[in-house]
Amino acid sequence: MSSQLAARSIDHVVLERGEIANTWRTERWESLTLLTPNWQSRLPGFGYEGGDPHGFRTMPETIAFLERYAKTVLPPLRTHCAVTSVRRSAVGYEVVTAQATWHCKAVVLATGAFNIAQVPALAQSVPPRIAQLTSAEYRNPGCLEQGGVMVVGAAASGAQIADEIHRSGRPVTLAVGEHVRAPRTYRGRDIQWWMDATGLNDERYDQVENLRRARSLSSFQIAGYPDRRDIDLNALTSLGVKLVGRLAGIQDGKAQLSGSLRNLCELADLKQNRLLNTFDEWAAKNGVNGAVDPPHRPEATRVEASPPLGLDFGRAGIRTVLWATGFRPDYSWLDVAVLDPKGNIRHDGGVVTEAPGLYVMGLPFLRRRKSSLIDGAGDDARDLSAHLAAHLGARSDGVGAAVADA
Amino acid sequence: MAKAKSDKPVNNGVNVEALFGAQEALKNAPEAAKFKWRSTVEWINGTHSRSTIEGFYGLGAEQKHKKKFTFDADHPEIFAADDKSATPVEIVLASLASCLTAGVAAVAQARKVQLRSVSATLEAGMDVRGILGMDEDVRNGFDGIKVTYKIDADASPEDIKAIVAQSQKRSAVYDIITNPTNVSVEVA
Repeated sequence: MSSQLAARSIDHVVLERGEIANTWRTERWESLTLLTPNWQSRLPGFGYEGGDPHGFRTMPETIAFLERYAKTVLPPLRTHCAVTSVRRSAVGYEVVTAQATWHCKAVVLATGAFNIAQVPALAQSVPPRIAQLTSAEYRNPGCLEQGGVMVVGAAASGAQIADEIHRSGRPVTLAVGEHVRAPRTYRGRDIQWWMDATGLNDERYDQVENLRRARSLSSFQIAGYPDRRDIDLNALTSLGVKLVGRLAGIQDGKAQLSGSLRNLCELADLKQNRLLNTFDEWAAKNGVNGAVDPPHRPEATRVEASPPLGLDFGRAGIRTVLWATGFRPDYSWLDVAVLDPKGNIRHDGGVVTEAPGLYVMGLPFLRRRKSSLIDGAGDDARDLSAHLAAHLGARSDGVGAAVADA
Repeated sequence: MAKAKSDKPVNNGVNVEALFGAQEALKNAPEAAKFKWRSTVEWINGTHSRSTIEGFYGLGAEQKHKKKFTFDADHPEIFAADDKSATPVEIVLASLASCLTAGVAAVAQARKVQLRSVSATLEAGMDVRGILGMDEDVRNGFDGIKVTYKIDADASPEDIKAIVAQSQKRSAVYDIITNPTNVSVEVA
């Protein structure tokens, strides 16, 4: 966004609470990689030039990548400058930080949707002798006690963490809720190659059938490991991970597990197959069948005949509960009434229409399916900076925007 | 997403426009979405009882069915009862079947799939040593429920499976059966 604003000669400042790539530095586990291949991190005028386009960046590599990009854009950046309040003012907005207060006509919120680890209320009922931590606090298996671990949630984070912890010799029980199954590689190509080539990643927010649903879907259940292995439920079962139903309650120190596991797996299998059908139809229509491997369908998720409906933490040897139950955004510093009852910002493709001059970036399906990917930032910034420029034009020229970054 | 094969408008007798309208209306009125369902019961004799259902609460006001509905329940003769009606656990199966089947019709309508026939058989296992108090390790309730649908519709087998799966995802009775619910029983 800063590079787009600069190209439009809009005076602005970028406020960063910590350092560039702060979330990557401080709030994620050590083995996490980008889930998109190297070639896909395409920022305007800045792409991958290394020798491993199909690999996945490690956390230090991701930090270095974003630092290198910052050196090419040279944004007017203030680091260690956490925003404590954004409110309307006569000019437009007043942005307060510990160091200074900024008055600007427009503000772009680029703090993302993954700020606060979401933990269900039933966490309070977990027996006190069991350790609890969230996927944001987790660093590596070595920081957990020996013994069994219940991982709650089977989206990308939960499945990767379950895989890693189980391999460390701590038996994992995985409580499976709704999840989006996908293969890392299909017909010899990366899933993201398909998402990109078929145009699915470019699908716009005003074209998708059920936007609310599209925005709330969890991430693909995939990892970015060098061996490109799948971490779907069958892979985890083969490893020895025990699948159980959604954690529905805790009573008298015992977990109550939903009887819906079979249906949730069936839903995920059917959804995955619909996605693969879309890829196959596209491949046939566009004459690329010869360039990719023949179609196949992954084995249906194996679910035992009668999964357990309850689990005694003590008897099952579980020492730790790890919550991989998603994140929510933190807008505690936003003193503009634009949040819905669930705490999400109301916006139209990133334009906060109720508060002219306020914009948001980097949320799931903000303007396109790829909006939450690095690959999506360029197009969204181009669109939103054009809107922002028109807004400033309508309000006569002068001091422009503040970009609050993650 | 499933698509109808013919151009004839799909009609499964479900007014999905009204349902989508309700979604829209309730978005900004979460209080109106809070319903209370009610039932009363009278003991008749032995294991025979009669439940009556008429009023409920929703959309911020007391509501009424078009008429009073009654449901008898009893136990079969092999339980030394008069078998005046189905057993309560069979009525649970009927509830699940009705809820899922209503869901199938609604989801099919939303996905523009014409249904021609929908039927299902349900079977639930139960070890009656639980209810007879003979073995504390045997639960009173079902040890599992198996539902088998037969559906004739203008859709591929995969799309039909997806409709049935989505119906389970949105079913109240499926949720009530698969997840725990706090129950408080008092004597007034």
